[in-house]
Amino acid sequence: MRDAKSSATSRRNLLLGTAAAGALFAAGCTSNENNDSDGSSKPAANTSDDKPGKEVTIGFAGPQADHGWLNAINEQAKRRAKEYQDVTLEATEGSNDTAQQIGQIETLINKKVDVLVILPADGKALTQVGLKAMRAGIPVVNLDRVFASPQAYRCWIGGDNYGMGLNAGHYIGEQLKDKKNAKVLELAGIDNLELTRQRTKGFDDALKNYPNIEKVGRQAAEFTVESGQAKMAQLLQAHSGFDALWNHDDDQGVGAERAIKQAGRDDFLMVGGAGAKHAMDAIKADNTVLKATVLYPPTMAASAIDLARALGQGKGVGGLAELEIPASLTLYSAVVTKDNVDQYLPTGFS
Amino acid sequence: MPGAGATLTAGPAGGPPAGRAGADPLGRLRRLADLRNLSLVGVLAVLIAVGGFTKPDEFLSTDNLQLVLTQASVIGVVTVGVTFVITSGGIDLSVGAMVALASVWATTVATQDYGLGGILLCAVLVGLGCGLVNGVLIAYGGMVPFIATLAMLASARGLALQISDGRTQVVTVDPVLDLGLPDAYVLGIPPLVLIFAAVTVLGWLVLNRTTFGRRTVAIGGNAEAARLAGIDVRRQRLMLYLLSGLCCGVAAFMLIVLTGSGQNTNGNLYELDAIAAAIIGGTLLSGGRGTITGSVLGVLVFTTITNLFALNNLQSDVQQIAKGAIIVAAVLVQKGRSTP
Repeated sequence: MRDAKSSATSRRNLLLGTAAAGALFAAGCTSNENNDSDGSSKPAANTSDDKPGKEVTIGFAGPQADHGWLNAINEQAKRRAKEYQDVTLEATEGSNDTAQQIGQIETLINKKVDVLVILPADGKALTQVGLKAMRAGIPVVNLDRVFASPQAYRCWIGGDNYGMGLNAGHYIGEQLKDKKNAKVLELAGIDNLELTRQRTKGFDDALKNYPNIEKVGRQAAEFTVESGQAKMAQLLQAHSGFDALWNHDDDQGVGAERAIKQAGRDDFLMVGGAGAKHAMDAIKADNTVLKATVLYPPTMAASAIDLARALGQGKGVGGLAELEIPASLTLYSAVVTKDNVDQYLPTGFS
Repeated sequence: MPGAGATLTAGPAGGPPAGRAGADPLGRLRRLADLRNLSLVGVLAVLIAVGGFTKPDEFLSTDNLQLVLTQASVIGVVTVGVTFVITSGGIDLSVGAMVALASVWATTVATQDYGLGGILLCAVLVGLGCGLVNGVLIAYGGMVPFIATLAMLASARGLALQISDGRTQVVTVDPVLDLGLPDAYVLGIPPLVLIFAAVTVLGWLVLNRTTFGRRTVAIGGNAEAARLAGIDVRRQRLMLYLLSGLCCGVAAFMLIVLTGSGQNTNGNLYELDAIAAAIIGGTLLSGGRGTITGSVLGVLVFTTITNLFALNNLQSDVQQIAKGAIIVAAVLVQKGRSTP
C-alpha cells in the first residue's frame, strides 16, 4: 500500500521536472523509485528540509491535555505544523477515552488525510485503528505509546523510558559512589502503565553498578500534584535518612517538592523526570534539593510532524544517508543539571 | 429504622433509649459516640496497633500523626458535606470535580493578585456556585441527584481543564504557601487539621442539634412525610447541595495550601472516597440516618491504612485491595449490628 503511494509520489516528482538523479542514486540503489532531487549537490538530496514542497495534510490525534507534558505534546505538534507552508494540520480534540479516540481517528481516515500522527491513549487498544489506517493507504506515525503490531504504523518515535531510569540511576550513582551504605528512594508514576515499570527497571539496573547504594523505598503516585504531595509526605515519614530521590515526573514533582518543604528536609538530592520548566528553573537557581531532571522531551511531537511531512513528500531525513524515514526513533533521555540547563531551558514545558 | 422515629431523634439514631440528656452521664456519652462507630474505632485501634508494632519509631511520632491528620483533612471536609447530602437521601458525585474547579479557578493569575483572601473567597464562591446549580437542578428542576451531579462532575472537570489549559497552576502568594508549613502550626497542630476539626464539630452540631439537621434526617427518612409535616423539602434540598459545594470550596482551598498549586486532576475520585467513608461510618445510603463522627472515623481509617502501607513500603495495588476489604468488612459488621 505504502509502496504504491510512494511510487506515485515519485512519478509526480519526475513530472514536476526534478529529474536530475544524482550519481549515487544511479550507481548504487537497487530498489529505488524515489529518485528525485532538489538540485543540490549533496549526495542524499532526497531529504526533507524547510523549503516548501508537496502539500501534505497531516491528521493529528493527540492525548487529552490534562497534564503538563501531554499539553506540551499537543502544542509542539501544532506549532511545528504552522512553521511549514506546505503542511495542513487536521487535529482532533485530545482524548483519554479509547473509544472516543478510535472514532476521531476514523474520522481522519474518512477525511483522507495524507499521513496520520497518533499518540494513542492506550497503544494496545488502538492497534486495530492503526491497522485500519495503514490498510487505507495512510501511513501512520506512532507517537510515544507504541501500538501492539508493527503493521499498525510506518514509523514509531518516542521517548526512552528504560533509558530515563537508567540515566537517572547513573547520575545518582555517580553522585553517591563514594558514600558508604547510601540509600535512595523512588517516587514512581502510575504503576499500571508499562512506561512506569520500564523506568523503574532502568533505574534498578543502573543502581546495580553501584554496590554501595541500596534502594530502600518506592511509592507510586499518579502523575498529579496532589498524589505527588501525598506519597512524598509518606516516603519522607517512612525514611528519616536517605541520600537521593528519583521522581519519575516533574508535574507530580510540584507536589513532592512541596511535601519536602513542609517536612523541612534538605538532606538529600533529588532528580526529576520529563523536563518541566519549573524544574529546570529550580535546577538553575540551585536553591532546592532538586539537582537534575531526566528528559522525556515533548519536542518528539514536533519531530513526529517533521517525519509525517517527510513521509507525505516521499523524502528521507536530513543528515542521514537513508532514502526513507526510519521505522523507529528512540529519543535520548539527557540528564539536565546546573551545568547544561541553559541549553535545555527552551524545551522546558509549563 | 429510618422511619418516623428518625425525624424526632436528633442525631445518632439506634442508640439505647437512655433517659433525657444529663440523667445518665454514661448513656449520654454513649449516644455521643454512637455505638455503631465502635466497630470503626476497633478497626482504627487495630491499625494503630499494627503501625506501632511494625514501625514503632516512625508511626507513633508526632510528625507522622500530624501527617495522617493533615492528609485526612481535605477529603475529611468533603466527606462532612457529603454526609449531609446522603443523610437526606441524595448523592453528590460532583465533589471531586468541584474541588478541582475551585482549586483551578482560585489559583488563576487574576485571583493571585488579591492574595490569600482572594484565593479563599474564589474557592468558596466557586464551590457555592456549583452547589447552587446542583441544588436548583435537583430541588426545583426535579432531576435525579445521581444524574444532576454526574453532569456537574463532567462539566466542572471540563471547565477546570479549560481554565487551566492542562497546566499545573503554581501558587505564588506567600501567605497561602506559609499556611502549609510547620511555622504556621498552632500548638503543634497544622492549620489544615484545625479547619478539619472545626468543620467536623460544626457539622456534628448542625446535624444533631439544629432544626436544619432534623429536617435533613426527616427528608432522608421519608420526604413525603416530611413535606406533609410542613418542611419545605425543596428549599432544604437546595441548602444541602449548597452545603456540599461550600465544603468542596473550603477543601479546595486546603488542597491549594497543601500542594501549593491548582490542577485539574485535583480531587480525583474524591466522590467515591467520600461516599465510601460516609457509608462505612454508618450513614445510610438510602438516607434517614447520618453520622458525622462515623464519616470522620471512616476517613481516618482510610488515611491510616495509606500511611501504614507507605511506612511499610507496600505498593498501591496492595493498598487498594486492603481498602476494598475494609469497606466490605465494615459494612458487614454494621449490617450485623443494625439488623435485629
